[in-house]
Amino acid sequence: MADLPDAATCYELLARMMLIRRFEEEAGRQYQRAKAGGFLHLAIGEEATIVGTTSVMRDEDYLIGTYRTHGHAIARGTDPRHVMAELFGRVDGTSGGRGGSMHIFDREHRFMGGYGIVGGNLPLAAGLALASDYKGEDAVTVCMFGDGASNTGNFGETMNLAALWQLPVFFLVENNLYGMGTSVERHSAQTDLSKKAEGYGVPGERVDGMDVVAVREGVAEGIRAAREERRPTILEAFTYRYRGHSAADPEVYREREEVEEWREKDPTETFARRCLDAGVLGEREVQEARDKAEQAVVEAVEFADASPEPPLDTLYENLYAVTDTSGWYAVDERSPHPHRGEREDRMPDAARELAEAGAAYAGQPEGPRPNPAGRGDAQKGVEPEVAGEVED
Amino acid sequence: MATLRMREALRDAMAEEMRRDETVFVIGEDVGVFQGAFKVTEGLLDEFGERRVRDTPISENTIVGTGVGAAMAGLRPVVELMTVNFSLLALDQIVNHAAAIPYMFNGQARLPMVIRMPGGGGHQLGPTHSHSFEALYLQVPGLLVACPSTPADGKALLKAAIRDDNPVIFIEHESLYGSRGEVPDEGEEVLRFGEAAVRREGGDVTIVGVLKMAQVAEAAARALSHEHGVEAEVIDPRTLRPLDLDTILESVRKTNRAVIVEEGWPHGGVGANLATLITEQAFDHLDAPVQRVTGADVHMPYSKRLEQAAIPHEEHVVKAALATLEGSI
Ligand SMILES: Cc1ncc(C[n+]2csc(CCOP(=O)(O)OP(=O)(O)O)c2C)c(N)n1
Ligand SMILES: [Mg+2]
Repeated sequence: MADLPDAATCYELLARMMLIRRFEEEAGRQYQRAKAGGFLHLAIGEEATIVGTTSVMRDEDYLIGTYRTHGHAIARGTDPRHVMAELFGRVDGTSGGRGGSMHIFDREHRFMGGYGIVGGNLPLAAGLALASDYKGEDAVTVCMFGDGASNTGNFGETMNLAALWQLPVFFLVENNLYGMGTSVERHSAQTDLSKKAEGYGVPGERVDGMDVVAVREGVAEGIRAAREERRPTILEAFTYRYRGHSAADPEVYREREEVEEWREKDPTETFARRCLDAGVLGEREVQEARDKAEQAVVEAVEFADASPEPPLDTLYENLYAVTDTSGWYAVDERSPHPHRGEREDRMPDAARELAEAGAAYAGQPEGPRPNPAGRGDAQKGVEPEVAGEVED
Repeated sequence: MATLRMREALRDAMAEEMRRDETVFVIGEDVGVFQGAFKVTEGLLDEFGERRVRDTPISENTIVGTGVGAAMAGLRPVVELMTVNFSLLALDQIVNHAAAIPYMFNGQARLPMVIRMPGGGGHQLGPTHSHSFEALYLQVPGLLVACPSTPADGKALLKAAIRDDNPVIFIEHESLYGSRGEVPDEGEEVLRFGEAAVRREGGDVTIVGVLKMAQVAEAAARALSHEHGVEAEVIDPRTLRPLDLDTILESVRKTNRAVIVEEGWPHGGVGANLATLITEQAFDHLDAPVQRVTGADVHMPYSKRLEQAAIPHEEHVVKAALATLEGSI
């Protein structure tokens, strides 16, 4: 077993993992209360893989991930209040409410995005690494994705390019044993995912993704190889999501006992215990980390709740980098007569009325919400009526 | 007749065709053990087993390509793409192969395959999960395009699609899966592409609504009647290729006005295409320019308010219909 780092680092690792855990639990609750909408993919159980990875990254390094990345952004340093505000679809969200849970982004902390398209982030990682290389910078790109994503065409194509061009990129497979309801054995001929890119020139290792210290060591070596030797590698971290794939997953594909077994290896619990046993942290510090997480999450919800809804006249903002689109024809009926791209705050009254008429539908009553706690809990009785409640 | 939800009607269509024809099989992500992301394939694995209900890895382009190959060799694959959004990853196989092969090889290979995919906005799924691509697939020669709005049409058209020897893009709407409707029993379905349904008769303005927008058009027609004394004729084309242009033109010749409603983007949309056809074929009958109602020209925002502002609603349709009547009421 890898040695524990110093006390301050241990505290930081534990505090981050606890914060993510509490954030995700709260996100699940807020989803049930219909404060957050869409699909909600929680990373509860995967905290050690996330925090172990980010804890050995430099500020200048890039991180890019999937649609299950509230925790990744927070681990990178994004204020949980802004992540929660994004889930609430508010102006203070990480993307001003445009992206939602699946599309968190924080340029300042070099969290280069969560992406809703499985495997879509892999080529982007190669591009980020290419940019660092091109500019002669030291930054490494860390690309995280699921076991299921290793079956996309993007996987093979990106591995080849990364190895061929010796890009400073490091890949981490968050192997939580399932891509939605399909287990690794049923979706991948090569079940040792650390070997899956070997033929492309990207070798790999496996690590216990529930052990934050082990993840740290594995990732540190991968990042070093990328930074110093321009040698892309893969690390396969074994982890587990306790909750369903998303909020409305009846989990028919796995046994309750399996979930229980993994819960025994809980990353925060085991790490806290280890730190206590080794005398690196005391009960008081563990409790303090827990309390701080609690407080941060309560504040995040208050902040998100108080943040305004995006104004309707921002609907077209940031579609293009140019702010002056005069001379461009806009043709949707919110501008009933073709018009020369006047600014939306000066849009014709008729157009404004139409936007408002549409937005009024947002105020309609909510149906019952499935419980993202997964099987058993409040899942029963909720019919998979509406898309958002069934799953992508 | 039975009252079924859309998802059940579609499932029955697949099950009945699988019982009838051994070459029909279902292939897609999480269609088996998981019972389908939207539960449309529920029960199929139990009845037909893993040989005919095949869970795949997340590999859209390869799933469709495998379907193309299997169809070339005489099977009738029903490919489920989890959503329209992910069909973009398979666009290469759909356009360069599925649509082109019959023509490119001069009819030596036929592609009796169906590619089902649900889409549409309204559930706060954000920019990567809310696409409406009826227009995109309509544009590709060689593809048939179906977009049913009722359970009865869903079942009848899916059965027709499975029996058809052409590649069919079968577009479903995520928020219609739970909607109920009367569905004829097996053997009594109307199984034809290229037949529009007149959902409501009226003499003042023709409203064509595509997919879920057929329902929005009907709601708008009721409002027009109650609040403005305007009687709209509502047409649901049901298939965009082939398109029942005759029914639409006949209506426009009667009403002299047309509004086309779709959820997708305005540029190069279904409405843009149809407006041109109407203008070309019935110019002399038009008393006003054809109006289009579309989704906003942006990527679907997550915020509920912004999202709803970006989706066409009854009010938009009413306004457009009234615009065609300006000066005459
Ligand atoms: C291209 C594409 N296909 C399908 C989906 C639907 N989908 C979302 S998550 C998911 C499973 C991904 O599994 P994995 O990569 O193991 O990540 P995990 O969810 O387990 O973190 C699927 C099939 C998608 N978002 N994008
Ligand atoms: Mg997985």
